[in-house]
Amino acid sequence: MMKDLKQRYCIVGVGHTAYGKNPGVSQIAHNVLAIRAALDDASLTTDDVDGVLTKAPSSTFPMLWAPKIAEALRIQPQVVGTLDQAGASNIGLIQYAISAIELGQASVVAISYGDNPRTGSRASYARARGGDGAVAGLFGAPSSYAMAARRRMYEYGTTKEQLAYVAMTHRHHASMNDNAIFRDPFTIDEYLDSRWVAEPFNLLDCCPVSDGGAAYIITTEERAKELTKTPVFIDGIGQNHPSWEFFRRKDMAASGAAVSGKMAFESAGIKPDDVDFCEIYDCFTIVPIITLEEYGIVERGKGGEFYQEGHTRIGGKLPCNTSGGLLSETGMPGTQLVVEAVRQLRGECGDRQVDNPETGLVSQQGGILTTHATMILSNKGA
Amino acid sequence: MSEEFSEFGELLPEINAINSPYWDGLGEGEVRLQHCKGCGVNQYPAESFCYECGSTDLEWRKVDGGGEVYSFIVVHQPYHAAFKSFLPYTVAIVQMDDGPRMLAAMLNLDAPINIGDRVQPHIQAINNERSVLMYEPTG
Repeated sequence: MMKDLKQRYCIVGVGHTAYGKNPGVSQIAHNVLAIRAALDDASLTTDDVDGVLTKAPSSTFPMLWAPKIAEALRIQPQVVGTLDQAGASNIGLIQYAISAIELGQASVVAISYGDNPRTGSRASYARARGGDGAVAGLFGAPSSYAMAARRRMYEYGTTKEQLAYVAMTHRHHASMNDNAIFRDPFTIDEYLDSRWVAEPFNLLDCCPVSDGGAAYIITTEERAKELTKTPVFIDGIGQNHPSWEFFRRKDMAASGAAVSGKMAFESAGIKPDDVDFCEIYDCFTIVPIITLEEYGIVERGKGGEFYQEGHTRIGGKLPCNTSGGLLSETGMPGTQLVVEAVRQLRGECGDRQVDNPETGLVSQQGGILTTHATMILSNKGA
Repeated sequence: MSEEFSEFGELLPEINAINSPYWDGLGEGEVRLQHCKGCGVNQYPAESFCYECGSTDLEWRKVDGGGEVYSFIVVHQPYHAAFKSFLPYTVAIVQMDDGPRMLAAMLNLDAPINIGDRVQPHIQAINNERSVLMYEPTG
């Protein structure tokens, strides 16, 4: 249980670069600019930071990545590291930051992700999957997620129309977010008219490939009291990693969400009903449906209907992806979802603000349903 | 073998000491899988140990290779030149009767497929040296 730790841990600053196309902004610069923005937001400086943790960029896989970012910030940290859980890393890194602070090895940890696959190299996004998948014609993440979607639709009756409602709902939210790459709402006919990528996915089922960086600053509740912004408390974290090549494991169309979610709810001491809003990893439209179902927020097979009936819209029972998510805000692997959850809990979201939220959930996922992490955040002080 | 597979060569995995019986089998027109003498499962891809029980006592066996469609997609995006002339093409995950699930192209289909359809191996020669495992509807 998180409450058994010596102290409570908070996110005290969030920041990011522009999203979309950032020509001339290097991978390092995306991280540095995001961390500096997060420090400004927290009223802290690089002198306060003694831990730097990063997710490796998706487009390349550099060695000693976090030390390079620390160098570019002119920080010589006590704790440094790069985690490889792909899109789930951004919560895994928070768990590592908490461990480091709890052990007395760091006091203020900066966590970042930044990459430029849109204007730099995007070859890794179109690589073949599944060992000798190239000769089978399986290239790119959309193809593999489309395989999982087809199976999920077969097993639980999720419909193509329900996938459309995921895309349309997140776009509706993005229309109220000046940071979002895609802000124009579309109809179900426009969704169906978008070109096929890999059936059952149209283009509008897929997140874009985006340049961008995002970061957050983790410290203790004690330290947060000295700072200006409302602290956002990290109440629970869970992880689960089905790990195997998705099509070789027993249940291909499930993620680690069932176990990860249970861990997160238990460590926060809450039930799924206590969550006021979710920021769900939505690289493809099927994923929020799988995630909500596996978390036990809705019954298996009911996630699509939950979207179709409007319950995930701002103002509905459980607003999801209030910034537009990966599908519409920016296709980065998840750091930005934490940024949005923090802003919602601080009440900074303007037109897209959820009504007085106290508890938010962030989900993250990496690979092809390979890794999964869940985090519960709140603005409730002791 | 045909001209339409001329660009598949660069997609082929390299043959090594572990996987060569599989590729040799396809070259001779049959599907071969590694069989674990410890726990009895057939596995793919090949390794020097059994993924299920860890045994290193493995042998190669010829299998029928037939199975049913577990999932599939129809690819429209031109990811690689080798598949360009087949667009849109089907990729299936086949649950083999003999054990593992296989990922395979199903090219030049006359009719759309569905999950649960019976399929059989279609061993396609790519060039003078190599053949690959594809699938076709059982008919």
